[in-house]
Amino acid sequence: MNMTVAQSAAVSSARPMQPAGAQREMPNAQETAHEKISVRNLRFYYGDTLALKGISLPLYERKVTAFIGPSGCGKSTLLRILNRMYDLYPGQRADGEVLLDGENILSPKQDKNLLRSRVGMVFQKPTPFPMTIYDNIAFGVRLYEKLSKAEMDERVESSLRRAALWNEVKDKLGASGQSLSGGQQQRLCIARTVAIKPEVILLDEPCSALDPISTAKIEELIDELKAEYTIAIVTHNMQQAARCSEYTAFMYLGELVEFDETSRIFTTPSDQRTQDYITGRFG
Amino acid sequence: MSNANPFYGRRKSRSNLMMGLCMAASLFGLAWLVMILAALLWNGVSGLSLDVFTQNTPPPGSAGGLLNAIVGSLIMTALGVVIGTPIGILAGTYMAEYGAHGKLSLVVRFINDILLSAPSIVIGLFVYEVMVVRMGHFSGFAGAVALSIIVIPVVVRTTEDMLNLVPNQLREAASALGMPRHLVIRRIAYRAARAGMVTGVLLAIARVSGETAPLLFTALNNQFGGANLNGPMASLPVVIFQFALSPYKDWQQLAWTGALIITLSVLTLSILARVIASRSRQ
Repeated sequence: MNMTVAQSAAVSSARPMQPAGAQREMPNAQETAHEKISVRNLRFYYGDTLALKGISLPLYERKVTAFIGPSGCGKSTLLRILNRMYDLYPGQRADGEVLLDGENILSPKQDKNLLRSRVGMVFQKPTPFPMTIYDNIAFGVRLYEKLSKAEMDERVESSLRRAALWNEVKDKLGASGQSLSGGQQQRLCIARTVAIKPEVILLDEPCSALDPISTAKIEELIDELKAEYTIAIVTHNMQQAARCSEYTAFMYLGELVEFDETSRIFTTPSDQRTQDYITGRFG
Repeated sequence: MSNANPFYGRRKSRSNLMMGLCMAASLFGLAWLVMILAALLWNGVSGLSLDVFTQNTPPPGSAGGLLNAIVGSLIMTALGVVIGTPIGILAGTYMAEYGAHGKLSLVVRFINDILLSAPSIVIGLFVYEVMVVRMGHFSGFAGAVALSIIVIPVVVRTTEDMLNLVPNQLREAASALGMPRHLVIRRIAYRAARAGMVTGVLLAIARVSGETAPLLFTALNNQFGGANLNGPMASLPVVIFQFALSPYKDWQQLAWTGALIITLSVLTLSILARVIASRSRQ
């Protein structure tokens, strides 16, 4: 990892309040990106089963980090810890540290809803709400901001534009979100996530239910979004990981086998298991 | 496999036999429904007239209608549903959303199932003991309470079932926007389950509007009509019960007509419930 603990602590203490810090320039930014999220010795339990066995890795600000590994290796589990999604279910618990800008989000004091407004998530299956396209986006915004009608219209439009969906839906914002095609629904979900201005976006196999054209659109989108957001993506598609991400984490059986720059993972991995997985020898 | 194979042939004839038996059983069940409807139409339609809806129940030998009974049924059913629905929805919501596998949910679900199949006359007797005896007289209000006790378990069950059908991913997606739990339930889960929940309430209305036993002990009857909830109140089922057993021809005719009205309204409600349910599934 490029940054020491002391460095990242210094960064976070120097950071008065979000979201002003999001634009902060690092003094040595040319070589090290800011560690937006630091996962430290993270263990996770489903009841008595240990699903993550002490994971440590960084998520760099405004970079895309891909999580790859065979089914059941814990990559989705890890993602669901970063916005404490697991908290919806009794019997699931995490220990260790997950620092978001230096603050441990696993602390019981952390307000989960505020955390989730900062760390957005897009799921495997598109999940439009049973309401209009407009309301699908406005709904989340209304939870945290009081906007005038004009401001809201603008927010809806800009979010849809950012998700590359505006041109397809601008004439039917009053139609049900569920009337869209699968690929459009998934972009609607991304627009909805972007609309509440999070700092981090978690993508849990966002393309696994989509056709190749929709997948290409979403990948393009990821490429544009990383200019402003820190992105973590779980994928089963190795090419996708290679295409979209700067960093890749290979996980296996609840452990982090290797974390490195994507180019290195896919060319000269240091672990034999990574090599075997990316060449399709197992998984 | 060729038809000449004896093993296959035997299996095929057995399959045909089973299908024949199933169809016969369905026809047998359906035949009764058709016969009931036919008898009702045959005997009831001739008594249908404007008077039925504009005049109160008559003394034997004179002309009259069913106005007081219809009005009483509408009032008590409506009040029963108004009392029962919120309680049922809240309890169903608790079991589906908050205490899914908790001990309390298990107990409530078990008791609710018992209540669902409790004989309605027992419910009538219970309300008689608790309300009528203490108040000292029969009342429409007691009738409505008795009906609401029948409504509650139906609504609890459908609410819980319908909320359980809402995919968890939808709740997760809403939570992922930082939405508090109560909003996830009210704005997302209810909206997704709305058609099913409305269907449940309609079915509860249909169930309740034909109940006689709980009203016999609570609202009794009232020949003069009126909407006074504090006094005895007429209702279609009770009037049908009394008139059908009477020796007077014109009362018996009114009973047939009343039965036809109830059956048609219940049928309409059931069909409406089905339409709403199937529409939401698309």
